[in-house]
Amino acid sequence: MKGGAKKKIVKGIRVDVDKCTGCRSCELACSAFHAVPKYSSINPARARIRVVKDELKDVYVPVRAGDYTPAECMGRDKYTIDGKDYDECVFCRASCPSRDIFKEPDSGLPMKCDMCEDEPPLSEPMCVQVCDFGALTYEEREEEEGEKEVKREEVEIGLEALANRYGLQKLMDTVDRMSKKG
Amino acid sequence: MRYGEAGFILEVDLSRGSIERVETDPRLTELHLGGQGTADKILWDRVPPEVGPFSPDNLLIFSTGLLHSTPVPGANRTVVNTFSPQTNLHAHSLFGGFFGPELKHAGYDKIVIRGKSPSLVYLWINNEKVEIRDATHLRGKGCQETAALIQKELKQDKAQVASIGLAGENRVYMATIDHSNSSAARGVGPVMGDKRLKAIAVRGTKDINIARPAELFELCLGLRKEIYENPRCGDPMAHEDDETFHLDNFAWGNARVRKKGYWNKELEEKWGALTRKLKDRDTSCYNCPKDCHAVINHPGRQRYALKCFNKLTYLMAAHKELDFNYDILGVTQEYGLDGFSTPQVLAFAIELYEAGILTDRDLQGFPTDVEERFFWLVEKIVRREGIGDVLANGVYWAARQIGKGAEEFDHNTTKKFEQVTIKLGKVNPPYFLMIATGEKMNITQIEGSYPQDPLPTMEEREKFVRDWVAVPDDKFKKMFLEWEKRNELPFEASCAICDWNEIMHYIDDAIGLCGFLSSFRGQFGGRIPYHTHNIPYIISLATGMELDKEGLWEIARRNRNLVRAINVRRGMRRKDEKPPEDHWKVRDPEMETKLLDAYYEFKGWNSEGIPTKKTLDKLGLDYVSEDFLQRGILTNNEGVSSEESSAENVEN
Repeated sequence: MKGGAKKKIVKGIRVDVDKCTGCRSCELACSAFHAVPKYSSINPARARIRVVKDELKDVYVPVRAGDYTPAECMGRDKYTIDGKDYDECVFCRASCPSRDIFKEPDSGLPMKCDMCEDEPPLSEPMCVQVCDFGALTYEEREEEEGEKEVKREEVEIGLEALANRYGLQKLMDTVDRMSKKG
Repeated sequence: MRYGEAGFILEVDLSRGSIERVETDPRLTELHLGGQGTADKILWDRVPPEVGPFSPDNLLIFSTGLLHSTPVPGANRTVVNTFSPQTNLHAHSLFGGFFGPELKHAGYDKIVIRGKSPSLVYLWINNEKVEIRDATHLRGKGCQETAALIQKELKQDKAQVASIGLAGENRVYMATIDHSNSSAARGVGPVMGDKRLKAIAVRGTKDINIARPAELFELCLGLRKEIYENPRCGDPMAHEDDETFHLDNFAWGNARVRKKGYWNKELEEKWGALTRKLKDRDTSCYNCPKDCHAVINHPGRQRYALKCFNKLTYLMAAHKELDFNYDILGVTQEYGLDGFSTPQVLAFAIELYEAGILTDRDLQGFPTDVEERFFWLVEKIVRREGIGDVLANGVYWAARQIGKGAEEFDHNTTKKFEQVTIKLGKVNPPYFLMIATGEKMNITQIEGSYPQDPLPTMEEREKFVRDWVAVPDDKFKKMFLEWEKRNELPFEASCAICDWNEIMHYIDDAIGLCGFLSSFRGQFGGRIPYHTHNIPYIISLATGMELDKEGLWEIARRNRNLVRAINVRRGMRRKDEKPPEDHWKVRDPEMETKLLDAYYEFKGWNSEGIPTKKTLDKLGLDYVSEDFLQRGILTNNEGVSSEESSAENVEN
């Protein structure tokens, strides 16, 4: 790289809602890929992608889990596109208190799409690989690096969610008690 | 740990209001796999033959397939079993969509429903939390409307719902159970209505474990690609505008007239344009790389998904065009009426009216326009009002209730059930066997693996058998190479073909695979993704069961014989096993008798179609042969009991 701004690769998934057939293969594959050990269990409720569906309104929107947010939005949006009504929050990727998606079914902890980062890297995220109809396609582009982003670890995101839910003190007390139990 | 299955059954008694979670015996999985296989074991054990379909003791069983909730593409068909009020025999019905996998994720392989609720209720299964909830506010609501209302009131948009419409509530024999883009027909809807169960909603968030996960997942990535790219699997009707096959070859009206040469380019363009105008999108069932269900948005109607041949059944029954079919489906699907049998009942009624058997006194206010007549009759039937109360029992029973010669117009039923509207020339031996001895009441649930027609040249035949991976035994290749004329197949070949065809369905029914990827599609081109060579390995990877082709075949034979045993115990005998008289114009009674004898022998059944003690014991169904001996259905010398019996004699 010759001088100038640093470049970074931005990974993205193009979502064509018109091509979605609602099969939910993406959910299944995502849950399998993120199972420990890998592929050992299937559970779409653990998927970091969801097909938001309303069959009577012809709404089929695959949405990937974004960041956790502790607060609901002030005011919600409903969209009408090409005469079709989309309920509030359909396009939103956040794991938030207003709804139960993108939360671990057992712990309630937030989940976030990690683009299937793996070693060695996959050619494409798993949800894209199983989307035969092309509703999900993988895209990469180079972009100038902006402000340095602080990448937070999953543990930190999880702890923050717990702190928001139960209070920091209670969380610290619990961790303290657990560590004493050994 | 149980792999591939949940290991529990949900037992619900609607009379007592009790709910139990019961662990299952893994040995039953080894013997029957799952799905219909294990459901039939329950029906055999718990529903004695004297229990009528509308008795509280009749069971209604929803089963997931063994491969549901594994990564295996196209494993999503839920099977529903009970006893049908129309036939008084075993009812087999399947629906696709998302219900079965969701149920398994909730922790159950099956729901077994007994009893009758005092008032209309629905069942809400949310993992371990299961409730019987009031549904009186849902009375008369449409199938999909019910699903949407339940999702809303539970605030569970991811709950999967199976429901009945007004037809099911009123125990109309043609009633279906509907879910998402799919319907279950052939006797299960009226039983759900009789139990006053409006719907089942299920939400599951539990893991299903896989025995050899990485291998199975990788295999399935390959299968997905193959299925997506293979034009010979899935439902080709879903994407074709060319309707020659059905319109020129199937019979119109009350299964009466063939209109050879009806179809032309002009119609293809006109109908194709209409479909494109009304279609929102094509949809898939769970984890399937095919998109077989077009969503139709007809003005003034609620959106609905097309199901296969339903696209044409009403228009053919009414001698009308496609717009009428799309329009009436918008009504009948919400009422929960089966698109195969209902149009025949309607056409039958109109024929009786034209013949003066039904009169203006029976049909007060009957319109003159054919389309309006169809809509009018549908309203009467789903409410069981006036003549609708009679027609709601299907062609066979309605003909007998109406009398005055109406029986003559019931010409297309077998075992009291409306058959696909096909009327052909000369009797076709394997098809004779399939229609006569099938116990699923529809040829589409029996035929499917061996091609329907021979290929004209030896060169083409040789190429076909070279690529024929699905064939379970090389003897079928030999048969195919020697096959010249459609209707001319030796007895031995006809028996083996009928056997292979139905065995594939019994496999699918147990593991939950869709027939369009397996049991039904091989007959068109031979190239199918699932067959007896790869299914055992797939089951092994998913469940850890040791299984090979022979083992799989034996389980399917066990399941097949168990269905026969259940029906035999309810009185079914040889005299019930006959295709509609006019299915072929040219019949050969002597040949047909010998052929049926040969087939019974091939299957290890006696001359009445009853599995012999030897056959049953070899399959580990000793408990069936013991029961048969006790009841005098079999005698110790394996001869036939002298007691005359027939499904005809059994009262509902």
